[in-house]
Amino acid sequence: MNGVIYLDHAATSWPKPPGVTRAMARFLDEEGGNPGRSGHRLSLAAARTAYGVREAVAGLVNAPDPLGVVFTANGTHALNLALHGLLAPGCRVVAGGMEHNAVLRPLRHLEARGIEVAVVPAARDGSLDPEAFRRAVVPGTTLVVVNHASNVVGTLAPVREIAAVAHSAGALLLVDAAQTLGALPVDMQALGIDLLAFTGHKGLQGPPGTGGLVLGAGVDPRRIAPLLQGGTGSRSEHETQPDFLPDRFESGTPNGVGIAGLGAGIAWVLERGPAALHAQAADLSRFLAEGLMEIPGVTVHGPSDASRRLAVVSFTVAGLHVSDLGLRLDEEHGVLCRVGLHCSPAAHRAIGTFSEGTVRFAPGPGVTREDLETVLRAVAAVVRA
Amino acid sequence: MSQSVALFHAISAALRAEKLLGPTGWPFKLIPTPRQFSSDCGVALRFETARRAEVEAVFARARLDAEFREL
Repeated sequence: MNGVIYLDHAATSWPKPPGVTRAMARFLDEEGGNPGRSGHRLSLAAARTAYGVREAVAGLVNAPDPLGVVFTANGTHALNLALHGLLAPGCRVVAGGMEHNAVLRPLRHLEARGIEVAVVPAARDGSLDPEAFRRAVVPGTTLVVVNHASNVVGTLAPVREIAAVAHSAGALLLVDAAQTLGALPVDMQALGIDLLAFTGHKGLQGPPGTGGLVLGAGVDPRRIAPLLQGGTGSRSEHETQPDFLPDRFESGTPNGVGIAGLGAGIAWVLERGPAALHAQAADLSRFLAEGLMEIPGVTVHGPSDASRRLAVVSFTVAGLHVSDLGLRLDEEHGVLCRVGLHCSPAAHRAIGTFSEGTVRFAPGPGVTREDLETVLRAVAAVVRA
Repeated sequence: MSQSVALFHAISAALRAEKLLGPTGWPFKLIPTPRQFSSDCGVALRFETARRAEVEAVFARARLDAEFREL
């Protein structure tokens, strides 16, 4: 689309790599069966596509088994599956202070039903201190959940250190990787992640309606109650839910067309390499943050060191509502971004921007330095006016 | 040529079996599970009975559970 600079990749990536649309059209035109439900060639073709994408996800995150990749409708669904499935009244769960409402809303719902919820406060730059987790994660804690990178300011959480804290208390670690998968290398085994929730339509470049929960080797699927029960194509003579992966958590016809698109998105990410994508994004976010800081009245929030964040840059302008700034950037300059609270009131409280929120620029892999120079001129023009 | 089938508990296991046997070049095919066999999964893997020991060995190495029946 001419005349538009899309800086809302933290909400959803756009445009998608061309292979994504092709894979989705191919699935509908040439496969199109219901995977796992029948033995004919179209059902098998659809099932092979889904299995191949399970393998791709497992390879991308270094998961021990592709069958531990459970597809869900989105990242929120995956987080709800883990939280509702693992936590029963009397359990204790510890969450980070930069969580998205995809985590905090299920936790507040569970809290009202007798689950103990502790939130570890974040610092003003969005960073989390593993020592603070050590104090909160008392023995007997069932689960620790942490946002791998803040969707507000991009700050990366010290996942490896938090995993060590969780495991020393006998707790599992659930990581919300909505912002990080596809944006930087994520190795579940090296980081000590037991459960990883992801979305398909952000860094993985797939379509909306895709996501999943990846189970590590130490997680017994029978410990997790499924959110849904129903047909799986397997054990059809039984009226009880299967206990094996991934069928235990995948009742109902899956989003085959979305999964096919997700496979193409992941292939594109693997071709570029998550490390190279991260390096490119770090360069862009550094350039953007430094440029914004030079504009009078602008405050950039989050970590000062670009290597500690993703390509997510949040800022505010003294005397200017973020909603007015966002509207003028769109209407007058074709710069598309997201303003407000980003579904993360806790994170905005941590960084001191509640309840006004921030303007968030999240450039994707197709954005160039020249684009960002245009964006910086646009912000300067709106601020001056 | 006598044929056998391997039966699995889920489609994902049948697909894994297909991936494991693919590189061997042995003749095999995923087919709807013959109704005379009770199976959890609607798809079974048909192969030549003469290969049974080798097929079992491949699955065992990958820790893939299957039941075997002669057609």
